[in-house]
Amino acid sequence: MSRPGKITRLLIQSLFKKPATVNYPAKRSGMPEGFRGKLKFNPQMCIGCKMCMRDCPSGAIEIRKIGEKQFEAEVNLAKCIYCGQCVDSCLKHALEITAEFELAKLDPAQLKVILNVVNKDSLEE
Amino acid sequence: MHDVHDFEDVKIPIGPQHPALKEPESFLISLRGEKITASSVRLGYNHRGIEKACEERTYTQGLYLIERICGICSHSHSTCFVQAVEEIAGIEITARAKYLRTLIGELERIHSHLLWLGVAGHEIGFDTLLMYTWRDREVVMDLLATLTGNRVNYGINTVGGVRRDISHKQKEEVLKAIDILEERTKYYIDLAKGETTLIKRLQGVGVLSHEDAEKLDAVGPTARASGIERDVRKDDPYAAYGELDFKVISVNSCDVYGRTLVRLGELMESFSLVRQVIRKIPDGSILVKSARKVPAGEAVSRYEAPRGEDLHYVRANGTEKPDRVKVRAPTLANIQSVSKMLEDRYLADMPIVIAAIDPCFSCTDRLVAVRDTKNKGSNTVVWETIRLQGIEWYKNKGIDFTSLNEKLTKLS
Amino acid sequence: MLKALFHILIFPGLSFLFVFGFFAEYVDRKLYARLQNRIGPPWFQPLADFIKLISKQEIIPEEADNNVFKLMPLLALAASSVAILYIPISGERSVFSFNGDVIVVLYLLTIPTFAYFLGGWYSRSVYSMIGAVRSLTQLFAYEVPLFLCILASAMLADTWSLSGIAAFYNQHIGYWFCNIIGFVVALICLLGKLEKVPFDIPEAETEIVAGSFTEYNGRLLAFIRMSFNVEMVVGASLLAAVFLPFGLNLAPAGVLICYLIQVLIIIVAISFLRTLFARLRLDQMINFCWKYLAPLAFLQVLFNLTLKVVLPR
Repeated sequence: MSRPGKITRLLIQSLFKKPATVNYPAKRSGMPEGFRGKLKFNPQMCIGCKMCMRDCPSGAIEIRKIGEKQFEAEVNLAKCIYCGQCVDSCLKHALEITAEFELAKLDPAQLKVILNVVNKDSLEE
Repeated sequence: MHDVHDFEDVKIPIGPQHPALKEPESFLISLRGEKITASSVRLGYNHRGIEKACEERTYTQGLYLIERICGICSHSHSTCFVQAVEEIAGIEITARAKYLRTLIGELERIHSHLLWLGVAGHEIGFDTLLMYTWRDREVVMDLLATLTGNRVNYGINTVGGVRRDISHKQKEEVLKAIDILEERTKYYIDLAKGETTLIKRLQGVGVLSHEDAEKLDAVGPTARASGIERDVRKDDPYAAYGELDFKVISVNSCDVYGRTLVRLGELMESFSLVRQVIRKIPDGSILVKSARKVPAGEAVSRYEAPRGEDLHYVRANGTEKPDRVKVRAPTLANIQSVSKMLEDRYLADMPIVIAAIDPCFSCTDRLVAVRDTKNKGSNTVVWETIRLQGIEWYKNKGIDFTSLNEKLTKLS
Repeated sequence: MLKALFHILIFPGLSFLFVFGFFAEYVDRKLYARLQNRIGPPWFQPLADFIKLISKQEIIPEEADNNVFKLMPLLALAASSVAILYIPISGERSVFSFNGDVIVVLYLLTIPTFAYFLGGWYSRSVYSMIGAVRSLTQLFAYEVPLFLCILASAMLADTWSLSGIAAFYNQHIGYWFCNIIGFVVALICLLGKLEKVPFDIPEAETEIVAGSFTEYNGRLLAFIRMSFNVEMVVGASLLAAVFLPFGLNLAPAGVLICYLIQVLIIIVAISFLRTLFARLRLDQMINFCWKYLAPLAFLQVLFNLTLKVVLPR
């Protein structure tokens, strides 16, 4: 049987329920475990094979030699598509993904991030 | 279809930018009063050159590009592509990988159909329905984010299997979410069958008869609402569908209302499929190691995307990169029928008729036809000419890549 | 003179209408959101939107008729603002009142629709023109039942002045229930007048972008939105005065509070109704209005005529 306003009951119920939406910047619900966000680099493990560079679909990552058996990774967050292929390609587990996803910056230059835990200064973006 | 220019009626452009369309596409509609007398479709506003770009990338890289053909049925495209590649390379993936692909595929169908229901509500001015369906869609989106690591571009496929396994805890989460969604979907079925204004706006609108649907080669829910039982999952089972039990939903009403009911019915089938997958999923590894180079050969792969049959053709030449990739998205098969459905309808029906095929124009746009309006006629242009034209165009704008190109050639 | 200026500019004129208009918009939007299980906008959102629009650059299409395009939003706002002066809101008597002001108010409330039509027509965009024609077509469907309902109520009260009607029903609360059909029909017609779902056909977003207002932007759009808010308040006040007047013989503050409650009841009803339905098609809407609303309104008129003869005064 069809009648107009069949949704009425649902509406009145929701009026007394907590809203489903979140007041975003003020309240955050976070991302589930294993979400593919910003990359993390463990330089001690990197052997500089550059498999990640070879497989990256968007050319966002670059591994550079900075010293004897020391490497740094430069990730362009604007180019990165957060597929996590580099993590899969890495033979030594030097790359990891984190759930960090709020990466927008006003200055495009700040989107190029150098990841290197050894060099503390360049870690701070 | 009549040519639009034969009429002296009011012509209104729907698109390339229009609130009814979520993507750029152009429909030119002739109106007499509120009645549509003629319509024409023009494609090509969202061409991104993905097929060509795939030839420049390795199979692994291309997979992520293929996934971004569509924002809704990303898993459909990537599975379709990867199936073709595996066929050429002769890789037989493990049963567990097959089940996982099926699981993500069905969850994607659920989110796509719920999204469609909301969009349909919005197109007929029923925004409340939009808000509620999209609220409930969040359940399955969160689930997908938990299982694969992203809400839309799941990136779960890889040549030779899948990238992420499902844990016992996740299985339970899936079942719990499916219970919630099933209850909600039952409510929407009730609503679709019971709300007068909704039925009034959908019934008898956008009629595509059984014969026309056959003639115009409609696919997916559009065809199934015209009484054609066509479903790749049943006709040519891929992944784990051969071992699962499900019905192909079809109705004979041939209108938008029928398409709504087909999609709602398919949601219920998807819930049962997901439950079966969780119950039957075998143990084992999820990935078969494969060589980076794919031997020469070609393959066509079919996949039942939420919008209909998706078709990928891949030709390999023995290197790391494919020789040719061709994509036929479901919307391309359905778009011809839109003009038929719009015949003698009201302007008010236009948004819902277009929305009812669940169009995805960025999937559809595989080529651009540039028409020379001065000297009528067309000519074929090779890729290199377009590239040179592009360089010239940028040079005129003051952007010069010559030095950069020289550096690149030196490097390689 | 000073008193007249006070009435026009402060209460119940422009200032009061603007503030109450914003409040009405907030109530409407918030309730709409809460019914859809959303949080909804904060209280200052309507004001923020207004300020944003006011501060924007004004673009007038080259093809459009400059004067008509600019004048129409102001005309719509002015016409609906004037109407409030004839509606009794702060006592048994309105600011200006004479026998026959019901008709004046009804016609003043029709002017905005015509202003939207002209503004849309002269913006020379196809979407605007279709929207303009639609709003006029729709006008013929809802206007007759609305007039009939209000006139039926006036007939029973035996006066053509809104103050008189309000005073009559305030004294004879029992008579309210005679007008229930009329009230419901008038409420539905008000949805059509305010172009809200299911009768938002003239500005159906997914079909014709924004109908008559497609080409409007900046300050002029702000005025159009304001005039819709004012129209909502005035329309609700009219229905309140005609169909549910109570508390008119209290102290002035009490009268005002009662008035605000009455108007809010109607605004809440409007935003609830607009959440419930899908947008009708123009032909379905006209069908519905003439097939159901107009006969019901006639029934109300007949009923009230009979009642007037049967019941002793």
